[in-house]
Amino acid sequence: MNGCECTPTDAALVKGLARIIEPYRGQPNSLIQVLAKAQEYIGYLPKWVQVQVAEGLGLSLQEIYGVTTFYAFFSLIPRGRHKLSVCAGTACYVKGTKNVLKGVRDAIGIKPGQTTPDSRFTMEIVRCIGACGLAPAVIVNGKDVHGRLEAEQIPEILSLYE
Amino acid sequence: MKSLDELAIIKESAQETLQIRYGKPGVLHKAHIMVCGGQGCISSKCAEVVDAIREALKKHNFSDHVKVVLTGCMGPCDMGPVAVVFPDAVFYRRLKPKDAEAIVLEHIIGGQPVTRLLYRVPGEKDPVPSMYDIELFKKQERIVLRNTLYIDPLSIEEYIGRDGYAALAKALTRMRPGEVVEEIKRSGLRGRGGAGFSTGMKWSFSAAAAGTPKYVVCNGDEGDPGAFMDRSVLEGDPHSVIEGMAICGRAIGAEQGYVYVRAEYPLAIERLEHAIRKAREFGLLGKDIFGTGFNFDIEIRIGAGAFVCGEETALLASVEGRRGEPRPRPPFPAIEGVFGKPTVINNVETWANIPAIIFKGADWFASIGTPKSKGTKVFALAGKITNTGIVEVPMGTTLREMVFDIGGGIPKKKEFKAVQTGGPSGGCIPARHLDTPIDYDSLGALGAIMGSGGMIVMDQDTCMVDIAKFFLEFCVDESCGKCSPCRIGTKRMHEILERISTGHGREGDIELLVELATTIKTTALCGLGQTAPNPVLSTIRYFRDEYEQHIRDHVCVAKVCDFANGDPDASE
Ligand SMILES: Cc1cc2nc3c(=O)[nH]c(=O)nc-3n(C[C@H](O)[C@H](O)[C@H](O)COP(=O)(O)O)c2cc1C
Ligand code: SF4
Ligand code: FES
Ligand code: FES
Repeated sequence: MNGCECTPTDAALVKGLARIIEPYRGQPNSLIQVLAKAQEYIGYLPKWVQVQVAEGLGLSLQEIYGVTTFYAFFSLIPRGRHKLSVCAGTACYVKGTKNVLKGVRDAIGIKPGQTTPDSRFTMEIVRCIGACGLAPAVIVNGKDVHGRLEAEQIPEILSLYE
Repeated sequence: MKSLDELAIIKESAQETLQIRYGKPGVLHKAHIMVCGGQGCISSKCAEVVDAIREALKKHNFSDHVKVVLTGCMGPCDMGPVAVVFPDAVFYRRLKPKDAEAIVLEHIIGGQPVTRLLYRVPGEKDPVPSMYDIELFKKQERIVLRNTLYIDPLSIEEYIGRDGYAALAKALTRMRPGEVVEEIKRSGLRGRGGAGFSTGMKWSFSAAAAGTPKYVVCNGDEGDPGAFMDRSVLEGDPHSVIEGMAICGRAIGAEQGYVYVRAEYPLAIERLEHAIRKAREFGLLGKDIFGTGFNFDIEIRIGAGAFVCGEETALLASVEGRRGEPRPRPPFPAIEGVFGKPTVINNVETWANIPAIIFKGADWFASIGTPKSKGTKVFALAGKITNTGIVEVPMGTTLREMVFDIGGGIPKKKEFKAVQTGGPSGGCIPARHLDTPIDYDSLGALGAIMGSGGMIVMDQDTCMVDIAKFFLEFCVDESCGKCSPCRIGTKRMHEILERISTGHGREGDIELLVELATTIKTTALCGLGQTAPNPVLSTIRYFRDEYEQHIRDHVCVAKVCDFANGDPDASE
């Protein structure tokens, strides 16, 4: 990160964000939709993004902050290049989520919610990714599911993501 | 769409495509290969299989004779990628891209199913080629999942071909709004989101409520952390939900619907968006539907990952773009819902039942199930069980049939210990109650609940104290913090479970847990807190000896809890 994140570092991003906000201008009810799209675009929700969304929808920054901190889906800090989501739904849990978490900790030394120092991975816990038949499962970057996992397989799987 | 004739024409022409899927010779094609495109099969790389099949068809100059369709979840997810080939309804499992060639050459061209890819009953020699002969499918009754497996979820024509939007047409042209409400009431349908409230009653409250405009909301938050029934409906048959909501719009006098789907379900959102777009294009959403003057449209609202948002009052706040915190009821949403207006909010599965009930009639629906629980229920069967996946069974099916006939029993010769229903609000049911029929009241009497459909099987290697702790931890994480019994009480309970599971349990801890649980249940503001103690209470009720072993002897029979490996006294 380069210093203060209150101001955007890239004019193109500001424009891009404005395009996302535009269809919802003045519609405070659409806040969650807009934030989800903004996060998809920027990667997380730094303060300048929240300010721009607040202005666009006609809300106060407090109101935005109240919402971004309430929902687990939103992140106010930058994340790693790859998002490693470990399923801790019931089906995965009874089949060994604990082993998977241990495997990840042994391999890259992070716990849920943490990012590796080299910004390669952020790990988070999710609940049921719909692959219960393949439990225990992880999903990387929201799309690659790896199932029927043993702790020993973790390093190999992680090595697929640089 | 301005007239019923238009609908009939689309239906007619869809028959040409569909009839092969009912076992009749195809008009346009020699075969249809339906490949499952549900999350489980996507995870086991069904896309590569589809590519390989298309490739093989091209190579053998057969592309024009065969239609390849990607469907929603077919059910038996652990066998994925799975596929069904029509007209002969041959079921294939564990497909690999390299199997494509054999399917095309031997089956499609040669007429002989590929034996090695067929389903086999464990321990038996002969394979079972036809899907209709497989026990797992035979024991099911599919109302909610009537179309998944048979249609392309991206094709509104195929949905119409299977009587889709005929129920909406009937509700708009041949029934008065009051009759629609009455029909749903008479069907005995109860909400599939967990609590099991009469759907028809709920609709009648909103229909009678004074405020306007009124709203219709679909709860697709699916918070149970081990279940994906709603997701498979939204992904596999999105129009059934849209049609159900439109019918309700007519019944209560609403013109706007919202579907609340969690952001973690991108494919469900995509399929639903596509379906809404198509429905608008066909004039089945929008203005003056079927030329009756009825207007109805639907918007998607995205949930952003808070379990409590599945609770209806929290969900309504979230639909309005606010923090999803529950508020006291009454007023119930049926009277004061979104934007303070009368709002019917139902679960995805509830909605998917509606068109079937209106189309076939309340009497038909009420003839299925038990006296007080009508129809079917979809379950996500998982855990220590041979067949995991999505199944739909008539109410009244016993837990034993679920676990052993449909689920194929416990793998690795382990012993069955309990089945958990209702997720974090539910409970664990032990072996001696396996003959209990699945219905709202019987499960409730056992201290579990029907819940939204998560059904997790546990074997001898599962520790009941640990499972109770797991669910409670979930509730502690997800408590919105608005009221103290839930915010503080669940945390205290969790601390006690933590010490029991690390070998620091004290005499009296079980009684303390029960006392706290009782207080939380009676004083918490919303359903999350009121039901959070259930998993603890039910495990104490049926597995009290396990708690005692942990506390007195520092023994975890399942060898899950930490102290089992080390010297418990060393850590004190
Ligand atoms: C904490 C909590 C979470 C809930 N989560 C869901 C959910 O994910 N999906 C759902 O349909 N209902 C959920 N409900 C139930 C809803 O509040 C509501 O009863 C339901 O949407 C009504 O629809 P139905 O009558 O069709 O079941 C939840 C309730 C509570 C208390
Ligand atoms: S019971 Fe829990 S989740 Fe419900 S309002 Fe109270 S603190 Fe929030
Ligand atoms: S519980 Fe992990 S995929 Fe369902
Ligand atoms: S995802 Fe294919 S069977 Fe469930």
